[in-house]
Amino acid sequence: MNVHLILFLAFAAVAVAGAVNLLAQTHPINSALSLIAVMAALAGEYLLLGAEFVAALQVIVYAGAVMVLFVFVIMLLNAGVEERTQGSRVAILFGIPGAVLGSVLVAWVVLRHSGTGEVPAGALPGVPATIGPLLFHEFLLPFEITSILILIAIMGAVVLASTPPSAPVPPREEN
Amino acid sequence: MPIWLYILASVIKSAVVLGVLLGAVAYTVWLERKVVGHIQNRWGPTRVGPFGLLQPIADGLKLLVKEDLTPPHVYKPLYIAAPLIAIIFALTSISVIPFGNPITIGGYSIPLQITTDVNTGLLLILGVTSIGVYGVALAGWSSNNKYSLLGGLRASAQMVSYEISLGLSLVGVLIMAGSFSLHDIVDAQAGHFWGFIPRWNIFTGQFVGFFCYLTAAYAETNRIPFDLPEAETELVAGYHTEYSAMKFAMFFMAEYANMITVGCLATLLFFGGWRGPVFGPTILKAVLPVFWFAAKVFVFLFIYIWVRGTLPRFRYDQLMAFGWKVLLPIALVNVIATAIAVVW
Amino acid sequence: MVPLSYYLVLSGILFTCGVVGFLIKRNIITIFMSIELMLNGVNLSFVAFAAHWHALAGQVFVFFVMVVAAAEATVGLAIIIAVYRTRETLNVDQVDLLKL
Repeated sequence: MNVHLILFLAFAAVAVAGAVNLLAQTHPINSALSLIAVMAALAGEYLLLGAEFVAALQVIVYAGAVMVLFVFVIMLLNAGVEERTQGSRVAILFGIPGAVLGSVLVAWVVLRHSGTGEVPAGALPGVPATIGPLLFHEFLLPFEITSILILIAIMGAVVLASTPPSAPVPPREEN
Repeated sequence: MPIWLYILASVIKSAVVLGVLLGAVAYTVWLERKVVGHIQNRWGPTRVGPFGLLQPIADGLKLLVKEDLTPPHVYKPLYIAAPLIAIIFALTSISVIPFGNPITIGGYSIPLQITTDVNTGLLLILGVTSIGVYGVALAGWSSNNKYSLLGGLRASAQMVSYEISLGLSLVGVLIMAGSFSLHDIVDAQAGHFWGFIPRWNIFTGQFVGFFCYLTAAYAETNRIPFDLPEAETELVAGYHTEYSAMKFAMFFMAEYANMITVGCLATLLFFGGWRGPVFGPTILKAVLPVFWFAAKVFVFLFIYIWVRGTLPRFRYDQLMAFGWKVLLPIALVNVIATAIAVVW
Repeated sequence: MVPLSYYLVLSGILFTCGVVGFLIKRNIITIFMSIELMLNGVNLSFVAFAAHWHALAGQVFVFFVMVVAAAEATVGLAIIIAVYRTRETLNVDQVDLLKL
């Protein structure tokens, strides 16, 4: 029982609690806040693995920008508490056991066949100075393609969310 | 260093820094009232103590004993959590800011920052600033009030937009220093030109970057000229309309603590941090860098307050257009120009 | 020392919670958040394997997954706003006819 294991279990407990709370809450704002807690706990896990740049990006990009966008939309659309319909009852009855069964099966097969060893704390050299050259040499093509992807996403979001133009006023008839 | 000594040193440093920071927040309010008063050709607080110096203490006592009422229609968990989020993250970003060179006491070298020298310190401060947006957004939403909701939405949209320019304006400094660690960035500004001009980043080419950073920081901390989300004449009081007494004081303290953090970061990145003439016996040699750091941060706070007293505020659409169409391209061009200059 | 299987189990639990959320939730924004939860679980297993096999490419993949998730969240939320404007509801069970 060393400090690494205790810290791992603490962050893991927060992450799992946040994930279960996301499912259990009925109002989307509570689910959004639980997801933020999951992301913060995962940033802690990345720090334990030594990936500090990824942990910082997780907080800045995911928890600090993407989730702000989610909270913004929830506040803007004034989403209320969601109701139970017949579809959701059926989904809960069959979906939860089915998904859990499928995951346990996959996990059992994976864990049985992968020769898993131990991961020491801070195993990765996760400083930006080591990730930068990879990003700009071997992964240059995916990097450029993702930048085009973001540009397309921005244009698409601006077009989709803008109010449609009102019908043009017919010209007055001069007689 | 043995672990008990490390914990003891960290606790002492945390207590000292938090005490100084909260005192600085209180007296920045005093400074603001005096300076804005003199700019507007009036005195500011003069009655409570000499030069009104006890005014912050009187204000603090008033806010402590004021009735802390919670309106019945608010969403209580988030209503109480939002000012806590704002102030916790405003105070957390101070923990990686170094105030001086490491001092040696009894054979151990103790760094003058609450943590040790984190090698992604700048990213940590950017991350904490990003999370601070939630305090504002959730305050606006949980108050269940249309003025607060509008103020909260506007404030969070503004803060998220200007975060990008803030981050990009820091990339120029990072390219020149080659490291994310704040200590290394200050060490990269050592030396002098021609014997007397210090080699600070603002003189070695980051002039445009400095002004981008300052403008983006004013927008991040919701200060004039970018303070439409909390302007008294526009939206009642914006996102902190429904807050009274101690919770309002927490928002207020969070805003001034953010100002001080911005000032500390500007001195570290652009003005050489704690570098200044150091002379005298050893005890003076240890204290003087902290003194130079505090003096530079004080100049920044003065500029903040001076701008507040002088400029009118932006309208919201002008503000967003400025952030996206003017400041972001300038920051990008600064990054490209710095990269080309460094590679050549 | 934490065995690699612990990281994989945590990643699997987060992914399963995401899948379950996707199936049982009726509010479209919550369904979106379950997708983000799934992506986060996958990111964790990428980084865990990168640490285990000392392959830095795992971290770069996480970078790309985050970028794609951000782009997807942007466009998805814009679509949600457009749907809300026309249908006045966020419940997926009520968005079941092609014609308004």
